[in-house]
Amino acid sequence: MLSVLIFLPLLVCCVLLVLPRGLPDRRCVQVWIATAAVELALVAYLWAAFDPGGGIQAEERVRWIPGAGVGYHVGVDGLSLPLVALTCLVFLAAAVYSLRETRRVRAYVCLFLFLQTVSVGLFVALDLILFFVFFDLSIVGMFFVIAGWGHGERARAAALTFFLYTFVGSLALLLGFIGLFLAATPHTFDIVDLTRENPLAGRGTYAGLVLLAIGVGLAVKTPTVPFHTWLPPAHSEAPAAGSAVLAGILLKMGAYGFVRIAMPLLPGSWRRYALVVVVVGAVSVVYGALVALAQTDLKRMVAYTSVNHMGYIVLAVGAAGTLAGSDAQARSLAVTGAVVQMVSHGLITGALFLLTGVLYARGRTYAIDAYAGVAAHAPRFAALTFAAAFASLGIPGFSGFIAEFQIFTGSLGQQTVATAVALTGILLTAALFLRALRSMLLGAPRLPEAASAGGFADLARHEAWSAGPLMAVALAIGIAPRWLLDVVEPAGRAVVGLVAR
Amino acid sequence: MNQDVAALLPELSLAAAAVLGLLAGSWLPRRRQWLVAVLAAAACAVGLAATGIALARGTEQGVFAEVFAVDTATGAGRLTVLGALLLVIGLSVETVRGHPRESEYWVLLLLTGAGTLALVGANDLLMLFAAYLLSSLPAYALAGFAKDPRGTEAALKYYLLGALLGTTMLAGTALLYGGGRGTLYRELREALPGAPFAVVALGLVGVLAGLLFKAGGVPAHFWVPDVAQGAPAPVAAYVTTLPKVGALIAGYRLLHQALPGSDVDWPLLLAVLAAATMTLGNLAAFFQTDVRRLLAYSAVSQVGYLLMALAVATRSDLAQRGLLFYLAAYAATNLGAFAVVTELPRARTLEGYRGLAGRHPGLAAVLVVCLLGLVGTPPTGVFLGKLEIFSAAVDGGYTWLAVLAVANTVASLFYYLRWLGPVFARTGPAPAGTQAALGRWAAGTAYTAAAVSLALGLAAGAVLPFATGPLLP
Repeated sequence: MLSVLIFLPLLVCCVLLVLPRGLPDRRCVQVWIATAAVELALVAYLWAAFDPGGGIQAEERVRWIPGAGVGYHVGVDGLSLPLVALTCLVFLAAAVYSLRETRRVRAYVCLFLFLQTVSVGLFVALDLILFFVFFDLSIVGMFFVIAGWGHGERARAAALTFFLYTFVGSLALLLGFIGLFLAATPHTFDIVDLTRENPLAGRGTYAGLVLLAIGVGLAVKTPTVPFHTWLPPAHSEAPAAGSAVLAGILLKMGAYGFVRIAMPLLPGSWRRYALVVVVVGAVSVVYGALVALAQTDLKRMVAYTSVNHMGYIVLAVGAAGTLAGSDAQARSLAVTGAVVQMVSHGLITGALFLLTGVLYARGRTYAIDAYAGVAAHAPRFAALTFAAAFASLGIPGFSGFIAEFQIFTGSLGQQTVATAVALTGILLTAALFLRALRSMLLGAPRLPEAASAGGFADLARHEAWSAGPLMAVALAIGIAPRWLLDVVEPAGRAVVGLVAR
Repeated sequence: MNQDVAALLPELSLAAAAVLGLLAGSWLPRRRQWLVAVLAAAACAVGLAATGIALARGTEQGVFAEVFAVDTATGAGRLTVLGALLLVIGLSVETVRGHPRESEYWVLLLLTGAGTLALVGANDLLMLFAAYLLSSLPAYALAGFAKDPRGTEAALKYYLLGALLGTTMLAGTALLYGGGRGTLYRELREALPGAPFAVVALGLVGVLAGLLFKAGGVPAHFWVPDVAQGAPAPVAAYVTTLPKVGALIAGYRLLHQALPGSDVDWPLLLAVLAAATMTLGNLAAFFQTDVRRLLAYSAVSQVGYLLMALAVATRSDLAQRGLLFYLAAYAATNLGAFAVVTELPRARTLEGYRGLAGRHPGLAAVLVVCLLGLVGTPPTGVFLGKLEIFSAAVDGGYTWLAVLAVANTVASLFYYLRWLGPVFARTGPAPAGTQAALGRWAAGTAYTAAAVSLALGLAAGAVLPFATGPLLP
């Protein structure tokens, strides 16, 4: 079942590659949409059959390279299932959004199908090397998306930066995995076995170094300050669907790594260095928001708010490692909040990037001051953008509020100062979004030259049906979060239990 | 004394095919000389079959007074060398077809291949030196095969450095013989711990010099870029791939079997050599514009990673497996990249590859697989090789070396991407004439090599056991 979920897009990708050249572009995208829809249906089925209290489910374990301690081991639990569902939803949205894509469509569709396989695979992987394989391939896939479908020559430079930067991270991660592998007896890369064995318990500096390597690797991908500098150029040069997948899914790989690998496998060092994690998280929150405030380019601004939002996650997982001054309930609240924040950020930022893509398609620029009074031309676009921006700044009623509320409540007890500092991040994001919205959407209409001839057309159907459903799910989580929390909470408690060992 | 000739079937089949090919080539008309190529391929196939049977039977033995070991490392090395030789034959077809000296080319290739196999199995210092000569001398001739100025210069440089370091190797052999009162590794293992430190150290350095020359490691790497650039493309593919397999397995065997108890700190020496090789190779590759020079320096840096396994030969159980697997994966991957270079003989610079993806999507895909494979991107075979070797280095106490190797891997990504960038560029593609394809054989070899490189990673579970097992004592 899970293997089908992972490899179906890859299979479709291979079929598309061997089909004759005459295949119309539109048909390629339709195949992609159908595949993504089937994937989403599979996830829905998986979710329906999921027992929240049952630990890892739908498990598949096959010997792959037994000599090297590597196995094909996949399964879902409360941490990975929401992210798998998010992946399928965001890819479906990206597929619908790409319906009018005209540039080398088949290769584009194949790359995204490949990326979907990689993303789903990463979230269900229960073997460190399998995780690493997908982690690395996600970089390769996204490199080609940015370099091939970005905005011109600068895109190539941005893609190169992205590749080099995140590749450093992935190799640091690999070193950490090797450290874990060698410490276990018998040598193994299996996450479940390693979690059970806890091979680095009481190994002092060695365990610290392993955590450093893994932490740096994940921090680059998340990204946190000071490893975030690859993110804004990658986003501002990537095509809209690529940005949505990059922000919505690929960034989660780093954050997910913290709860899946760093915390359960290195509980001792995690507790010991939790304060470092908390500080990095709080700094990311404030720094990301401050730099976002200074942006004049809408897409870069949204990219920096990603640094800010991912900072909340890092803060929460750090706080969950601080045992002093807290009870298990608060810590599990923090972890649950972190996972919900991953989902929420994926939905909301995914939608925001798709909407900035709409803006670019009309005006050929992301500059905030090039637009004014867009709401007069395009009310539906304006309404959806307002909703997404408010959701992003954490207004109650959307998923972001649920997540951030849990994170702050769960972290405040043990990390009061850092949490208080991070709270200012909300204020800053509110300020920057309101400022940008006011100047772009409201006031007397003014459009960049590229758009003024034809005016600013409102959302086309494929655009509305891509960003819209993402916001609808964010709203659903914001209003009735239990269906998500029921799945996440038991897993969050389990992680907290593992960290406290 | 075991004189089982059948145990040496792979080596003998190559040598016999060389002799037969030489005779046949003298009588065959020029348009029929391709028969010698068929003979060469058949010899490789026989060798592979014999190796397969030997591995299946698990007959480990030392033959001819134990100077030649037939064990796990030999088996894996034979599979790699013979498989790679088949690929080299495949990618040479168009380049030498109808050449006045076609049969000579195949004969020289067979002879140097036999020499490489002898390096793999050498269990005795004199055997090692004889194998060194047998694998080197035909390779010098191959480097100058085209008889053009560049090829001649390359051959001369290759020969001079080889002769110099060959002499050094012989001197080292003499010193070790003097210190250990024997040339067999088993005898050396017992006698060397009692020998004077300076004699062992100097002797080892001398022997290693020759092996480093064969592998193309720093400081004996100067010939690599010149030969890769000056020699015919298939020869460049050969010299950057196969001699490495022979030399590194020979070096591993020497260090592991003859010097485990010596008080010479050779692990540190090799760690430093590995660090220097990977770093210098990478730095030199950074701004190359000629694809063959770029691949040559990349080959140098790859030797650095492989030398890590030698540094921890006796310190980690993972070293041997990592080395043997990495060599096989590297051979397939590097030959795949060179097959593309051979297929596009007029595209000599990076700019010559501009827009290749639009014109030859298949070749562009091979380049993606092979170049990213050389970086160590999963799921190609080199990734698993790197994983094993890095693990071995950390396990053997050389974490700094593993960290340096990781840093170098990241750096290497830069120049491989410098090549891949133009391949996928959409604006201003290179003139069609620059990217004229050579023919089906080189292209087929490129696809095969890329497929093997991927398959080695995906099906590593089936391959790795061949690299696991003790060396013959």
